[in-house]
Amino acid sequence: MGWLPRHGRVLLRFWSTALASQTEYLFNFSVELLAMAGNLAGSWFVLSLFFRHGQQLGGWRWEEALVVLGAYTLLDGVATTLLRPNLNAIVTLVQNGSLDFVLLKPIDSQFWLSTRLIAPVGLPQIALGAGLMLWAAARAGAAPSPLALASTTVLLLAASVSLYSLWFLVAATSIWFTKIWNATEVLRNVLVAGRYPISAYPSGVRSLLTLVLPVAFLTTVPAEALLARAGSHPLPLALLVAAGLFTASRLFWRHALRFYTSASS
Amino acid sequence: MSRRRLRGPRHGLRLARALLGSQYATMLEYRAEIALWALSGVLPLIMLAVWSQAGVTAADGLDAGQLDRYFVAAFLVRQFTVVWVTYSFEEDQLHGRLSPWLLQPLQPLWRYVAAHVAEQATRLPFVLLFVGVIALVHPAALWLPSPERLLLGVLATWLAFAVNFLLQSVITMGCFWTERASALDRLLFIPYLFLSGISAPLETFPEGVRRLALATPFPYLLHFPARVLAGESVDLLGGFGALLGWAALLLPLVLGLWRLGVRRYGAMGA
Repeated sequence: MGWLPRHGRVLLRFWSTALASQTEYLFNFSVELLAMAGNLAGSWFVLSLFFRHGQQLGGWRWEEALVVLGAYTLLDGVATTLLRPNLNAIVTLVQNGSLDFVLLKPIDSQFWLSTRLIAPVGLPQIALGAGLMLWAAARAGAAPSPLALASTTVLLLAASVSLYSLWFLVAATSIWFTKIWNATEVLRNVLVAGRYPISAYPSGVRSLLTLVLPVAFLTTVPAEALLARAGSHPLPLALLVAAGLFTASRLFWRHALRFYTSASS
Repeated sequence: MSRRRLRGPRHGLRLARALLGSQYATMLEYRAEIALWALSGVLPLIMLAVWSQAGVTAADGLDAGQLDRYFVAAFLVRQFTVVWVTYSFEEDQLHGRLSPWLLQPLQPLWRYVAAHVAEQATRLPFVLLFVGVIALVHPAALWLPSPERLLLGVLATWLAFAVNFLLQSVITMGCFWTERASALDRLLFIPYLFLSGISAPLETFPEGVRRLALATPFPYLLHFPARVLAGESVDLLGGFGALLGWAALLLPLVLGLWRLGVRRYGAMGA
């Protein structure tokens, strides 16, 4: 029995039980859908304000900027589906000391913590984001080649890995600080910057959002690939960022666990 | 009710001191949390970065300096008008902490008011720290408000906090009917995000949308106090009038819902 089938089977079990327990909360589901629609409508409105008197935002036309908003919506959907339910649960586990039970399980603890739950309410948002990206790209006059579509998909996957790693890095600090709910809140609020193309920011902020917190690689780079705007080929660099952040999250988790002393000690 | 009135203002003052003192001690314990929370209010500064580059606001009658001042003021106003009563009330109710408070001769909502005020006091040094950072990075964005504008700005911010608190309290009263009132609170935040002026100054809105926004309480929760603080020309009478009007509308609503809710309340598990 290989490595992958085992984790795949476990994943299937995780998600089917999570789905079963989520169907109890239909009210929550409808509220989340309404929130998603409201958020997209509001973001669309604020973005349109930048185009009331001008034709472009940081060198991006209206339809092109909408592609960035689509990428943001998609990644926010990924966060809602996978990151928020799982990584917010880490805080509770550390607080109650029930992280012990996770560490004792014969499976990688980071895998268990990161994939245990799934919130299907984020899935429509992912679809909506992808739809917005494709629709706006078509309106912008870009006819994405199969190659551009493929590289956009790979870039969005890399962006999801980067996003996950950042989130996990922050959540892992709860080993020291216990109550870290607000730290993920900080991350979420800074990532809002990804709603706009990176060139819309002043140069200082731009380098901050590229080098320190790679917001640029999350939304702008995939949008550029879809619109075939990219002069250089960002694919290797984006993959490198994702791989680097993922490795950092694994190393950091191992390091953090050495400081975990369970709840009562 | 009548018993409390007999006790007079001295009793009220002592009560307020005890409540605020104990809440402040609790909040100090969570100061790291509160520092991060203050940091999570960066949205107005992110929006300032985009707006300052967009170069479209001149057409709406805002120059670069006004834009700077508006968003920094919006950042400050937001820091002191954050309300989270729904979340703590929901938790207190689910864990049965509300039941003993109902027996005490004090409207339990006062506890939450005290907690918010204490949290703002804890937040103050961190906010000053952020202002220091802004002074280092972008000193042009800071200004010294005139004494009367500072006073009026603080007053408008407090009133905005009060109205925001009442607005969320209406949602909070939903806790008596559903276990998930905090989900509704998420919905309330969306119009706030886009109509209060935290993402864009109302001057940049198209005329129709602006009029629609001004018919809601949201612009008075942020846009109005921020403009007062930033020293912009504002309709002071209209703004304060709207804040007081919304407060006068919401207060009886909250108290009425409270009365209906408590009658329904059967404690957890009953």
